[in-house]
Amino acid sequence: MPSERMLMRGSHAVGEAAVRAGCRYYFGYPITPQNELPEYLAARMLEVGGTFVQAESEVAAINMVLGAAAAGGRAMTSSSSPGIALKQEGISYLCGQELPAVIINMMRGGPGLGNIAPSTADYFQVTRGGGNGDYHTPVLAPAGSQELAELTFAAFDLADKYRTPVMIAGDGLLGQVMEPVVFPDPIDLKILPRKDYILDGCAGREPRAIYSLFLGDQGELYNHNLKLQEKYGRIIAAEVRFEDYLTDDAEVIVVAYGTASRIARAAVDEVRKAGLKIGLFRPITLWPFPIKHLRGLADKGSKIAVFELSLGQMVEDVILSVLDRAGIFFYGIPGGLIPTPEELEDFMRSALAGDGKVGRRIEL
Amino acid sequence: MSEAKMKKVFGRPASLKPAETHYCPGCGHSIAHRLLAECLDELKLREKTVGVLPVGCAVIAHKYFNFDMAEAPHGRAPAAATGIKRVHPDKLVLTYQGDGDLAAIGTAETIHMANRGEKITTIFINNAIYGMTGGQMAPTSIIGLKTTTTPEGRASSRDGWPIDISRMLAVTDGAVYIERCVLTTVKGIRRAKKAILKAFQVQLDGLGFSLVELLSPCPTNWKLSPRAAVEWVNTEMIKSYSPGVIKDTTGYEDK
Amino acid sequence: MAAKGKIIIDQERCKGCHLCLDVCPNQNIGISEKHNGKGYQPARFIESEEMAKKGCTGCAMCATICPEVAIEVYHA
Repeated sequence: MPSERMLMRGSHAVGEAAVRAGCRYYFGYPITPQNELPEYLAARMLEVGGTFVQAESEVAAINMVLGAAAAGGRAMTSSSSPGIALKQEGISYLCGQELPAVIINMMRGGPGLGNIAPSTADYFQVTRGGGNGDYHTPVLAPAGSQELAELTFAAFDLADKYRTPVMIAGDGLLGQVMEPVVFPDPIDLKILPRKDYILDGCAGREPRAIYSLFLGDQGELYNHNLKLQEKYGRIIAAEVRFEDYLTDDAEVIVVAYGTASRIARAAVDEVRKAGLKIGLFRPITLWPFPIKHLRGLADKGSKIAVFELSLGQMVEDVILSVLDRAGIFFYGIPGGLIPTPEELEDFMRSALAGDGKVGRRIEL
Repeated sequence: MSEAKMKKVFGRPASLKPAETHYCPGCGHSIAHRLLAECLDELKLREKTVGVLPVGCAVIAHKYFNFDMAEAPHGRAPAAATGIKRVHPDKLVLTYQGDGDLAAIGTAETIHMANRGEKITTIFINNAIYGMTGGQMAPTSIIGLKTTTTPEGRASSRDGWPIDISRMLAVTDGAVYIERCVLTTVKGIRRAKKAILKAFQVQLDGLGFSLVELLSPCPTNWKLSPRAAVEWVNTEMIKSYSPGVIKDTTGYEDK
Repeated sequence: MAAKGKIIIDQERCKGCHLCLDVCPNQNIGISEKHNGKGYQPARFIESEEMAKKGCTGCAMCATICPEVAIEVYHA
């Protein structure tokens, strides 16, 4: 049965949700600001008879996930931006081999070592895929502890359904805040459907091989990629998630995800008190990006005001969605600094006026 | 001399598919594949085995090995094998790796697999060169070896020395049995088979990590005929890589 | 005296590495004059006792070193 309401740190909520979703294999490496997650699972996995391995690197950890997934286990790893960069090779292989996995990214400042503050300048890294090849991974962006729990929990089913790695894009702030969480029912591992592709010894069947190398000269890799693309098409058609907040009558719609959306929501509430018709559109899947819905909002005549904790990455997907249907404005803060709702209100008013004085107007 | 009276005493093991391999004439991989398969047959392990492939000439060995196989990125087989073994502790999990995979790009994964004492067996094919990519220097290339990236021969001042990863792994408490054999004499091949059987037994008994290093000819990239390549292993390569038991804390009596 | 052993070398599977020649203690293996389908000159079992030093003993040393599993060994 669902749990009672618990006050939980975001990182811990991720760990608990994973365990309840049937994850019994966690491989990780310490990196701030997500260390609370491996620490939580080091103890929790002991309680449920799962496996916890502190790997020698983020590279090793993602490859342990690769092996565990090939063997049929629900496996997870976590890291933060520079460590996620190390995992790109493994993610590409997971996609090429069509294996399920869950990867938690608690983003921090970059590029390079950056800092440990909640910048979210990994949008390109997580949605465009820093690894090689034509692939995508579903990316879910929670905005609080409850959502961290729900989306982590859902990620395992999503991963199995499509045989794909799934990324949860949080950040250092979300990992640290403590909020009430109600967890879903734990999944009974025994009722999970059998996987017919896994490696568990070939007794009673032909041997299987799991690989992403297709060297043949009859178009084997071409066909494999078309198969992957067809799968991505199905994910795009069925798995988009977003939230509309006060967008129906909005003259300006702020587009923000994660921590940025929390600040935006507070700012929207304030300016509404002053009578300004401003709303919030919150993508929850960064990939697949909610293109159609955002386009529909732009068609209604609202200006679009993008706010990111970066110098502008999601804004490119907004531009692709909106094109010249509406004025697009952008306000971004790099380096992990977090603006106050008041600073954001200035941006919203500037977008409403269309003057580009706070942030900038996007010229197509 | 009637055939009817004769009994077949040597043929293809069941753990090896009948597919013809892409390996060069005289390549050590082919011998190593057969030995591995013979051992799995003898211990009746074929249906309980999951292997992890390298990136190297044996990257497509799933076409030859008749058991479940996983691909891993270059050097990462030990990590993938760790994941597999944690999900299936009751299965025999092995990695099959070349010198670049195991001792260059994968050095960290190799050392930590041994250091954790993972109940995994590694078959390490050491041919002192990078085969698949066309004959570049390997970390195991011996001093003076001419390769495409050491056209005047490996020089320690520029390129360092041939690495003895097996002896490095022996320092870890998790490594229980490490032996180096040659694939270039009949006696060496028979000893290699015993070593592989023993390494598997170490895993079956849950003692820890086991590794068998196999000195292996690469005629094509050494630019020698297969017979000359065999000779080169037996006279030159063993000066840098001396065959024998490197570590044995199994407590088994040697048969 | 009848040979104790016999080998069959798969002429199409053999890649002509000729490692078997060097390990046979009785010189029962030679090189075929013909090329096989892959262009190699396969190894050839010398069955006739006039050509070989001694008859095949079925020791299987050739098959042990053969990389291609191209040699089957029979023993009386």
